[in-house]
Amino acid sequence: MCLAIPALVVELLPADMARIDLDGMRKEVSLSLVDDVAVGDYVIVHVGYALQKLDPEEAAQTLALFAELARQP
Amino acid sequence: MRYVDEFRDPVLAQNLSASIALEAGAGFGYRFMEFCGGHTHALSRYGVLGMLPSNVQMIHGPGCPVCVLPIGRIDFAIRLALEHDVILCSYGDCLRVPASDGLSLLKARAQGADVRMVYSALDACKIAADNPQSQVVFFAIGFETTTPPTASIIKQAHAAGLKNFSVLCNHVLTLPAMEAILNQPGGVPLDGFVGPAHVSTVIGSAPYQLVAQRYRKPVVIAGFEPLDMLQAILMLLRQVNTGRAEVENEFTRAVTPQGNRKAQALVNEVFEVRDAFEWRGLGSLPWSGLKLRAEFAQYDAEARYPEMHFVSVPDHKACECGAILRGEKRPQECKIFGTVCTPDNPIGACMVSSEGACAAHYTYGRYRDVMQEGS
Ligand code: SF4
Repeated sequence: MCLAIPALVVELLPADMARIDLDGMRKEVSLSLVDDVAVGDYVIVHVGYALQKLDPEEAAQTLALFAELARQP
Repeated sequence: MRYVDEFRDPVLAQNLSASIALEAGAGFGYRFMEFCGGHTHALSRYGVLGMLPSNVQMIHGPGCPVCVLPIGRIDFAIRLALEHDVILCSYGDCLRVPASDGLSLLKARAQGADVRMVYSALDACKIAADNPQSQVVFFAIGFETTTPPTASIIKQAHAAGLKNFSVLCNHVLTLPAMEAILNQPGGVPLDGFVGPAHVSTVIGSAPYQLVAQRYRKPVVIAGFEPLDMLQAILMLLRQVNTGRAEVENEFTRAVTPQGNRKAQALVNEVFEVRDAFEWRGLGSLPWSGLKLRAEFAQYDAEARYPEMHFVSVPDHKACECGAILRGEKRPQECKIFGTVCTPDNPIGACMVSSEGACAAHYTYGRYRDVMQEGS
């Protein structure tokens, strides 16, 4: 039931829906549980609903932390 | 793929694995529970378990929605479909779970029940709108991730004035299950939890303070990628080694302290907490499940079919799902694992869902066992 990978919003549709791209697969999902989603955002999708928007800055910080750890033997 | 490939980098994974080995040292063992079935699946699938030193043990938790649903609740859905001629809509994972009398939702369909698989909660609402002559029941299951979508369609059905739609609500709560694991008499001693990814996007990281403060267990919320899980395990080890019990968040790209307020408000509007709900493996737990509020009773299948009652049914005698969901046993300790019970012929729920511990171990973990035994 868990779609573990984040989905890219490619088109906003009427009635709070959006078309997403999930590794090449297109699906329609509801945006009614999230605010301010735009085309180009990544969202976490669960049973046809976006639950949360991904924060690119936070993602970059987490990756930076991995890189830092990798430098410390 | 963005947000995926960079979180699977094999070199960084090796480095994290080395840091974990260093932090774990040669000392006594560490036992961490990954609460969520999505993590159980990912730990096996990406070989994360093989990257951990032998003194760091991961214990599978009860966070697999299909696995914790007791047989009696599936029987309830089957009886609605067979005896009341409703169109029963269910997520795909539930269809093959063994129920009483050798039935499952899928086998009930073969006997003439109108059981339909839905991908999204929205589809159930649409089926009701398209079939005004039939009663349509949505078999709603899951933790805090699937609850907001169910709340949303109930509101939608209400707005559209749908008279033929109701929900058989089996939604459950994460924290009471964590507490049940920690309160289990003679239960597994745990050093901390890998906190759920998607559940936490909804409820936020703050509620886990209860586990950290009252039970003195560290919680680190992690994403689903291998680097996320390795990093979370490293953070847990560091907490244990420095005597801390805090809530830390590795999945900050999607989880905030307060979570998704909009989704929480919707859930509160439609649902209230039940006095008690029965779980597979954990028994009846107080304040652990949700039901529809009285204002929405017309969409509550339990209120609409008052002659129907939940009947508690024990699991198959040989099935160890209960002990596995409590973290007391591992799938390979079940006598019929991989012989009688396989994904093609599941005897228990933990072999059905891809998030189930038995299914994950059958699909990805068995070869490692064989290799370890051989070495
Ligand atoms: S292997 Fe099958 S029978 Fe054994 S515990 Fe797992 S699901 Fe139950």
